[in-house]
Amino acid sequence: MNKPLTEHIKPGAPPIDLAAYERTGGYEALRQALASMEPGGVTSMVEESKLRGRGGAGFSTGMKWSFVPMGDQAPRQKYFVCNADEMEPGTFKDRFLMEHNPHQLIEGMILGAYAIQAPTGYIFLRAEYHASQTALARAIEEAREAGFLGRNILGSGFDHDIHLHTSAGRYICGEETALLNALEGRRAIPRAKPPFPPVVGLWGKPTIVNNVETLYNIAPIIRHGADWFNQLGLTGESGTKLYGVSGRVNRPGLWELPLGTPLREIIEEHAGGMRDGYRFRGVIPGGASTDFLVEEHLDLAMDFASVQKAGSRLGTGTMIVLDDRTCPVGMVLNLERFFARESCGWCTPCRDGLPWVEKILDDVERGGGREDDLDLLAQQAKHLGPGRTFCAFAPGAVEPLQSALKYFEEDFRRHFNGNGCPYRSESAASGTRQVPPGNGHRI
Amino acid sequence: MLTDQERREIEAELPHYPRKQALCIEALKVVQHHRGWVDDEALCDVAEFLDMTPHEVDSVATFYNLIYRRRVGRNVIHLCDSISCWVMGGDGICEHLKGNLGIEMGETTEDGRFTLLPIPCLGDCDRAPSMMIGRTLHSGLTPGKVDDILRDCK
Repeated sequence: MNKPLTEHIKPGAPPIDLAAYERTGGYEALRQALASMEPGGVTSMVEESKLRGRGGAGFSTGMKWSFVPMGDQAPRQKYFVCNADEMEPGTFKDRFLMEHNPHQLIEGMILGAYAIQAPTGYIFLRAEYHASQTALARAIEEAREAGFLGRNILGSGFDHDIHLHTSAGRYICGEETALLNALEGRRAIPRAKPPFPPVVGLWGKPTIVNNVETLYNIAPIIRHGADWFNQLGLTGESGTKLYGVSGRVNRPGLWELPLGTPLREIIEEHAGGMRDGYRFRGVIPGGASTDFLVEEHLDLAMDFASVQKAGSRLGTGTMIVLDDRTCPVGMVLNLERFFARESCGWCTPCRDGLPWVEKILDDVERGGGREDDLDLLAQQAKHLGPGRTFCAFAPGAVEPLQSALKYFEEDFRRHFNGNGCPYRSESAASGTRQVPPGNGHRI
Repeated sequence: MLTDQERREIEAELPHYPRKQALCIEALKVVQHHRGWVDDEALCDVAEFLDMTPHEVDSVATFYNLIYRRRVGRNVIHLCDSISCWVMGGDGICEHLKGNLGIEMGETTEDGRFTLLPIPCLGDCDRAPSMMIGRTLHSGLTPGKVDDILRDCK
């Protein structure tokens, strides 16, 4: 019971079907809530659980739900949307959950929809997740046949149905208001906020958008209570987290651990430490749009507050390790090239700034860098920072850049004066580009 | 004109959305599924069906990377070029693919067998480097493994 997200999952096994899910207490939370809880009571319990969003931003889930207008004056049509558009580079946690235990997501969504009294739900799934699509489509069908979806669910008078929507690509769809535009069939460009989606969302109606992992927590919270959930974390923050590690470690993979597990334990024990011949230099802790952490942070508790205090963000909790034979400048170039390509192009700082950053980094990597490029990059990081662009995409994009300038300044300098990438010549000489691929160790 | 089959598939989605225009992306995916890609005629067919202008539909079609506005090969290779794959030697896999196929990223082989495209992180980071061909995810790529996979594609 201390691994509410994955306790029934056997890695590599087929998706857990309805009968198997119910045998382990599945849909008990829903029965309980519909029989004996008011919608507001569900929201309150989620607020008391102190669950924070697992999609990257870490906003309080219960508080988000509490912004939805309720009562007779509220619009009858509201929407409950699951953001299953997992596309943050280095992040592979939601896919694992959906492929193995789709019903826990469905149950979490129905509970959320009941809390805000939404008759319609959508799962916004990225198109490349074919196995998730098959698992979810079947689970929705099973839930409908069993009366957990549809009209008058379990005789409660509450109606709800879920439609599985598969996307057509683009990273920006993960931004919740861009996602709403995509669901409406438009270009996925973020919307101006306020108004926020809980008040004015999909087709102008109150809408909640929650990440997959976030929603996996809902049924366990309703079943076992907020106090139980509060106890799961190590450092005062609630619940567990699916932490992931990729890069040149011995056992790249995914593990459900108490929130606040130290970085060192995740890298050294669960991921098995660095591969022979490689030394740890740093880590991007929560997907591409978070600041680097380095050796001095190894004893950091990986919870929202501690990581923020160290100058980064927990983000998605799936980490990408930088080793001593990989060029930090090359790594940041890869990230900024990605962000420059994926910018939706709506606002000028992001549309023009990110390609500029990419060009400078590419030039540095090739040996064309100069001392004042460091200032230029720092200035760009500032100009693309919070509050200066239309949405959070560009501020996220420059997080790895600004921290790389801080921690790896010497690496940038070694590229200057026509030298180019020192790592490339080292690896060419020793042939280290031939890295054996990863195997994947999960849970 | 949309075929009856295309029309049926698009209409099957109608009850799930309050407005017809919400089906724009879905409709483009349907015609692409049947025709291989979205040419100008397909675009106009979708526009007519949804009471939209071709320009409106094109603004949507050109935004999404999984809608193809150019002819693609029988096998579209989506190679992950995101950070975990890069750290694990994804650049080398990319060079190998380009060399093997004799094309650059974004191009199609002359025999129409392969198109090579980049894709954001496929969520397979612990088994990197990775690529997707059709509905199949290929993990832990090495040059040798890539050659075997390509050989098995029609």
